[in-house]
Amino acid sequence: MSAPKQKQGTVPVAVASFAQTPSLRRIDQANEVELLMPVIGEVFEGTGLTKDDVGFICSGSTDYLIGGPFSFVMALDAVGVWPPKRESHVEMDAAWALYEAWVLMQEGVVDVALIYGFGKSSLGDLDRILAMQLDPYVMGPLWPDQVSLAALQAQTMIDRGQATEADFAAVAARARRAALSNPNAQVSGDSSVEELLAEDYVSTPLRRHALPPLSDGAAAILLVAGERAYDVVERPAWITGIDHRVETHALGARDLGASPSTAKAAEMAGVTDGVVDVAEIHAPFAHQEILLARELGLGAETVVNPSGGPLAGNPLMAGGLIRFGEAARRIWDGTATRAVAHATSGPVLQQNLVGVLEGES
Amino acid sequence: MTDETLAPVTMLSTPIRLEYDFTAGLAQSRNLRGYAEGKFIGQRCPVCNKVYVPSRGSCPVDAVPTDEEVVLPNTGTVTTYCVVNVPFAGQSIEIPYICAQILLDGSDIAFMGLLQEIPTDEVRMGLRVEAVWVDPEDLGPTLASVKYFRPTGEPDADYETFKEYL
Amino acid sequence: MSERTAVIGIGQTHHKAKREDVSVAGLVREAAQAALDDAGLTYADIDAVVIGKAPDMFEGIMMPELYLAGALGAVGKPMFRVHTAGSVGGSTAIVAAHLVASGIHKRVLTVAFEKQSDSDAMWALSVPQPFSAPLLAGAGGYFAPIIRAYMHKSGAPNDVGMKVAVKDRLHALRNPYAHLHLPDISLKMVEESIMLWDPLHYLESCPSSDGAAAMVLAAEDVAVAQERATGRPAAWVHGMAMRSEPTMFAGRNQINPQAGRDCAKDVYAQAGISDPRSELDCAEVYVPFSWYEPMWLENLGFCDEGDGWKLTDSGATALDGGDIPWNCSGGVLSSNPIGASGMLRFLEAALQVRHMAGEHQVPDASKALGHAYGGGSQFFAMWVVGSDRPES
Repeated sequence: MSAPKQKQGTVPVAVASFAQTPSLRRIDQANEVELLMPVIGEVFEGTGLTKDDVGFICSGSTDYLIGGPFSFVMALDAVGVWPPKRESHVEMDAAWALYEAWVLMQEGVVDVALIYGFGKSSLGDLDRILAMQLDPYVMGPLWPDQVSLAALQAQTMIDRGQATEADFAAVAARARRAALSNPNAQVSGDSSVEELLAEDYVSTPLRRHALPPLSDGAAAILLVAGERAYDVVERPAWITGIDHRVETHALGARDLGASPSTAKAAEMAGVTDGVVDVAEIHAPFAHQEILLARELGLGAETVVNPSGGPLAGNPLMAGGLIRFGEAARRIWDGTATRAVAHATSGPVLQQNLVGVLEGES
Repeated sequence: MTDETLAPVTMLSTPIRLEYDFTAGLAQSRNLRGYAEGKFIGQRCPVCNKVYVPSRGSCPVDAVPTDEEVVLPNTGTVTTYCVVNVPFAGQSIEIPYICAQILLDGSDIAFMGLLQEIPTDEVRMGLRVEAVWVDPEDLGPTLASVKYFRPTGEPDADYETFKEYL
Repeated sequence: MSERTAVIGIGQTHHKAKREDVSVAGLVREAAQAALDDAGLTYADIDAVVIGKAPDMFEGIMMPELYLAGALGAVGKPMFRVHTAGSVGGSTAIVAAHLVASGIHKRVLTVAFEKQSDSDAMWALSVPQPFSAPLLAGAGGYFAPIIRAYMHKSGAPNDVGMKVAVKDRLHALRNPYAHLHLPDISLKMVEESIMLWDPLHYLESCPSSDGAAAMVLAAEDVAVAQERATGRPAAWVHGMAMRSEPTMFAGRNQINPQAGRDCAKDVYAQAGISDPRSELDCAEVYVPFSWYEPMWLENLGFCDEGDGWKLTDSGATALDGGDIPWNCSGGVLSSNPIGASGMLRFLEAALQVRHMAGEHQVPDASKALGHAYGGGSQFFAMWVVGSDRPES
């Protein structure tokens, strides 16, 4: 075995397969189970594995998005947990479900794990729903919407001279162009910075192009440990480092022009221990990509979000997992040897997870 | 300022209202169209051959799509039940009411249904029941098309015939 | 490849119908601080925080771990939120334990809570969903028909459930943290209480509580050092397992679920247990409705299928006079902050083998089972803890 050296853990675990639905504004014909089933089916295709090979299943989703308790329970129908399986769930983006599986796999008891995440933003008013994440005593009752909160951060960046509105538009333009080659993208196109800057503000200084689309979608990943990964994929995307950190919730106590949790997680995951060819950054807002790329320690040589990133499609609870999938794809197809995947959770980048994926040369 | 204005806040009441559009999905839509026609529509799993009703679109054991439709009769057996006597917010049925698990003839899984036209102390496992639908002109793509289930008067089903379905 | 893992700190709140004296942060810190004090550590010593709770509609806060990051000293650290329905308190402890067992962290704080008086628990459990019958009346409405089927299948006399209700509340009188303290509890009192979901009486059902539970899990070297520093022994994790099965499928055995049996088999194998009844000194088992004690006695292999009620009826599961006391803390029947209940089972098992269970201590307990279940009896989380370090 010649898996690359690991920064954390001792068991080499690889992202071996990835499947997702297209990100769409609304997927009305399918409920969550019907959304997930084809994705679960597809993630096994061509791997030589079946659900019987899976030793651990972990998912990410949130009740408030669906409007009912135990929403993840019905999703199990898409997976077929029979005979009974080791299975768990996080009320977070599925990237954290991937982390839980990775930790378990470090003990050598499980060598195949199925991770999935899903979310339909079309069911309710996302601004109201996400306001439910806020401190219920002092922030929640103000019902601030997620765009305005993000706008506070964007304005901070402008005030500090870290970026300009034109820079935000440049991020969006690049993302849309990259998304043209992504069959799963919801938003893509050839727009110039000038065209984008001509849009009206939604919440200053953010214009429509700087916001993520509202998306319905689901995604799944198979993790395989050790030698077995070579049976599944020719060039496994080995997770050589993975870490996550959270910041304080109180917006007023945070430095919105920085992301110390991302910097710390990146350091622990060993991002700058080598050249980063590709980075898939879970930055729902254009200005956040600039901020996060800096905190991750990425250089000019890194290709950021070749998939188009969240600006091209942002199914909640699956968006972070998709970054891992897209980063892994670049390793499988040989366009990258070292890639970074990032996921975020909470208002204005409160919590961040960073993974380093490496393929053998 | 008086002492009252400096007293700590000990309670905060935040009314929350969230509206959601629910997606029935393909399988549930089949059920609802069935109700509109006064029918229970189930699906058979191509792998294990079990008939699931209401339709769910997939077999929870084999995780494969279940496309073969099976129309089920209105009659079935009460496999088990309870008598609900607890009041709660949003309750729409008058207590006490009988909440029963009903195994329609020809299906392989019981589902929850309301039992009426029988005193609560006479309900028993094995009771033979039939669905009572609303008047034909009131049928619609909704579960409310089924008013409730009531005894058929047939002799009780033998425990052996439904013990696997508990 | 698993590192030895120990419980070195335990904390819980005084569980009550309504904790109007604390905010959500206040509630969790009460338990967390107690666990840290017990461990002889501070928030600064902790490497990671794992928090678990049941549906967020119980409090009306989405993903409350985000708001709680500061309160739990998690800023700058990894923070994780588990949600596996009713078993969550148990699965949270297991996720936290794996962070240590895998060698990733050395000191993990794990917390589980529910402040369900903030919202409406019955509503939150039965939120009306279009396209389904509005028949479900809380958890009891789901489990009562299954209980009826067990009673029929096993031929148990009608009063076995009521005996469990009395036993657990008598145990609770010896646990200062328990929610229900009913000194006058008797079979007659239970029988005369209203029949909520026939065949379950009101007093055979769990209460709705506000409460939090916390533990500090540590790697071996830290555990040894803290034992020396505090003079309090650690509880060692001998085995832990989780299993899930689908909610509904044709031919599903809801009375004696396969997932529960498989989970128990796995955890016993890890802990080297072949006969739980004789090799365990006590068990903290998730019994939210009285009849689940006899049902779980069978599911967990303490007796043969069909004989659970006989074991209960014989008094074998009572703290006084029983050879395999179950729920000496009073169990879920006496305190039920839903998200925390599973963790309370896990930590009460640990308290027993640390000999710190006060008046509800089983004398010389050295091996105990902690168990949690959730959903439609489909999610199971269990662990076995012991006074001695496990072999490997």
